[in-house]
Amino acid sequence: MTADDVVAELLEQVRRQAGPGAEAVIRVEDADLALTRFAGSAIHQNTAESRRTLHLQLGVDGGRTAAASTTRARDVAGLVEATLAAARLRPRDPAWPGPAGPAPLVLPDVADRATADADPALRARLVGEFVAAAEGLETAGYVQTSVVHAVLATTAGQHVAGSSTAAACDGVARLPGADGTARQVAAAVGELDCAALGARAAAKARAGTDPSPVDPGRWPVVLEPTAVADVVAGLLTGQFQARAVLDGTGGLRTGEQQFDPAVSLTDPAGLGLPFDTEGTPKRSVELVRDGVPVGVTSDRRTAAATGGASTGHGGPASATWGPVATDAALAPGTGGGVEDLVAGLDRGLLVTDVWYTRVLDQKRSVWTGLTRNGVWLVEGGRVVRPVSTLRFTQSYLEALAPGAVTVGSQVQAVPRTLTSTAWGTHRVAVPALALASWNITGNATG
Amino acid sequence: MMSKAHDVPVPSAAYDAASAAVEAALAAGARYADARLVDRRTESMTARDGDVRTLDQSTTAGLGVRALVGSSWGFAALGDPDGDAACRATGARATAIAQASAAVAGPDVDLLPAQAHVDTWASGCTEDPFAVSLAEKGDLLTGVTATMRAAGVAVAEALYQAWDTRTAFVSSEGARIGQHVRECGAGMHCLTVGEDETQRRSYPAFRGQYGTRGFELVRELDLPAHAERIAAEATALLTAPPCPSGRTTLVLGGEQLSLQIHESVGHAVELDRILGWEAAYAGTSWLDLDRLGSLRYGSELMTITIDPTIPGALGSFGYDDEGTPAQRRYAVRDGVWVGVLGGRDSAAVAGLTDTGSVRADGYARMPMVRMTNVGFEPGPHSLEEIVAATDDGVLMEHNRSWSIDDRRLNFQFGCEIGYEIKDGRRGRMLRNPTYTGIGPQFWASLDMLAGGDEWRAWGTPNCGKGQPGQVGHTGHGAAPARFTDVRVGVRG
Repeated sequence: MTADDVVAELLEQVRRQAGPGAEAVIRVEDADLALTRFAGSAIHQNTAESRRTLHLQLGVDGGRTAAASTTRARDVAGLVEATLAAARLRPRDPAWPGPAGPAPLVLPDVADRATADADPALRARLVGEFVAAAEGLETAGYVQTSVVHAVLATTAGQHVAGSSTAAACDGVARLPGADGTARQVAAAVGELDCAALGARAAAKARAGTDPSPVDPGRWPVVLEPTAVADVVAGLLTGQFQARAVLDGTGGLRTGEQQFDPAVSLTDPAGLGLPFDTEGTPKRSVELVRDGVPVGVTSDRRTAAATGGASTGHGGPASATWGPVATDAALAPGTGGGVEDLVAGLDRGLLVTDVWYTRVLDQKRSVWTGLTRNGVWLVEGGRVVRPVSTLRFTQSYLEALAPGAVTVGSQVQAVPRTLTSTAWGTHRVAVPALALASWNITGNATG
Repeated sequence: MMSKAHDVPVPSAAYDAASAAVEAALAAGARYADARLVDRRTESMTARDGDVRTLDQSTTAGLGVRALVGSSWGFAALGDPDGDAACRATGARATAIAQASAAVAGPDVDLLPAQAHVDTWASGCTEDPFAVSLAEKGDLLTGVTATMRAAGVAVAEALYQAWDTRTAFVSSEGARIGQHVRECGAGMHCLTVGEDETQRRSYPAFRGQYGTRGFELVRELDLPAHAERIAAEATALLTAPPCPSGRTTLVLGGEQLSLQIHESVGHAVELDRILGWEAAYAGTSWLDLDRLGSLRYGSELMTITIDPTIPGALGSFGYDDEGTPAQRRYAVRDGVWVGVLGGRDSAAVAGLTDTGSVRADGYARMPMVRMTNVGFEPGPHSLEEIVAATDDGVLMEHNRSWSIDDRRLNFQFGCEIGYEIKDGRRGRMLRNPTYTGIGPQFWASLDMLAGGDEWRAWGTPNCGKGQPGQVGHTGHGAAPARFTDVRVGVRG
């Protein structure tokens, strides 16, 4: 059966079992995820997965709701029966927003045939290109291709379908005591340049050998795009979403000059399916304009609570964690490339990547984490030596304060998460940033 | 061959499907293959501020096949395979993927010889969580969140989760193992919001407590008895003095110690990390195999076991996902590093015999080295004795944040609540307590460990590792413990 056929059968079963007054959001998703992983410069884990998943969210009796999903794609009647039984047993949800009504899609599919058809031989060839470009350095990483096709219908009349592909390469090149990294994500596998990524990772590793520590304290830094992506993702998760605003746990000052005027942030929704899990069409959402917070992402529940319309950011976890942007873009500035930003540092640190970042205080967006895959001491506008791993404890909101930021000119698209579905943050497209102050709170010795 | 008097956990058709996949993988050219037909049912319910917020039920059923061709692995998975032909096609696909891997092949991979077991195993369960009415679960969660909300917190949330997993495992070496594992757990937390910060309190742990048990675990937690208390503590934290900065004696509650073990011991002794197989993502390890058996990991009080046989602990099973029976071993004994978490291929590469720790997140993920239950056994003291023996220090309880470097050396943890310890007595409440350190230095300073009924096998239901991502369920035996000369009060 096609996904359309299954959706039609699910709608019919909902009407038959739950009655004409039932409210339902039905989604059928066909996903193929393949990931070829390498370590020690050899492919060591090579996986492919194909699945159809049926999703049903059902509301009866004015707000008694339940959600269920199954990979038992032939058990349509059983899915409806179980979901209905669950819904009838739970208390009414006073904030149930009901299903989305008809609305046309705003954005086109982002699906590439070659990516959908990618086979293990192609992924192995791309891995081989990364490995070869590292010219003998030990390498590790992955090449991923995925395709998702989904059909969504609601009892309120929404009926949309879309497809999405994604391809990514993320790897490290290694020397004793020094790893270098490079990564790229795109909608089409043909856009990946794994040889260039391998060469870049190897160059970083070669430049990072024999690192030594620096003292903790507040340091001016240049964050490369791989590190900036974490800062942006942290802000998207805890700040630029309606749940944080409603709960009062965020620290955004909407309408005020909270950030440097060089900072402008949007979710262009350019990767992934063109609608969210509630059926709301995705569209570009402006979050920061010239340093002023102007918007947050929402789903139907939070939009109803704030009196607005959903921005199309409903997802599997949005009811719990909030509706988070799926595709973020930090606008390029005038700061030039990484080398130009480094040239502007009198004394500071160049940071390639950060790792294991966790929030300490949501309100101020204070995060702790570590540098990874290369950090260097900069003096007089020049890189002078590699530095060993550093721990930082830093407010991401305050790091972008007015007067504290120079935004680079070259944007890099960095993959964020690996999932077998189309939901979640896929890409953070960001330039490098020079920041006036970054709080280094520890080094390799404590 | 072993046999136990448990119920038959999986239907015979599941073995037939897995066998067909293995046969097809071998016919396509694999020299070894195994297959798992997994049927997993999950249920989760969340409540917020007195209302049920989400009720999700899911079934993920499918087939995962692993094939070894030469020195290369391939893995293929299919949701809800429709008949023998689909199973065979998935087996053949796994072999084809392994053959493609050979284009960028590594050194020879072999599997440590193992006995092919034919057996069944089921975890203990007194009260099937799926048989407890949703109304009762909903009443429990809405009740405690309403209580916390009424006490004035900004956000009150509670969560219940259950998993019921039946697995049929078949290997080309003749293994045929059926397992039925039931897991369950619950927890609650609340947030208060001040002028410049938020505070959080949770019970019984920051993400709940879980085990391979039935709903009796949730009942034993007695969430309602603790709702008002944690709400009051979250409110009090807003005006409590901050944790002072400096070096001091640190006393950790058992739940926080369990995460400390997880992050700075459990992951560090994973053999795939030590061998560099996770170098690009999860990271490596500061441990060097040349020093296995001689490296001092911590003080002589530090003895850590790898034990998937602990009844009811979240990391317990009968067999791992390559058919190795559960067995108890030491990771650290009297402060010396003596063991690793490994599998048949990684142990063979390393020249070790430490297998039995290869697990997969459902049918669609390739089995990999994972923690089982990694933790302390009960110590000789109590928390009361530890506090009484401390002249000057800080007690920290319940995790709020965790971060550690990719070699598992440099860590920083934040806890929800702290207490000053002066002259052997627990004093003022402290807000925003944090501590940081370097693994072996920290563990070397361990000088008191509690036990008795303060020891518990804490469950971690969200251990992330692998690409594509896998969520692991692990357990960690822990009790309150004391460490000396630790840096506390790190701020941003």
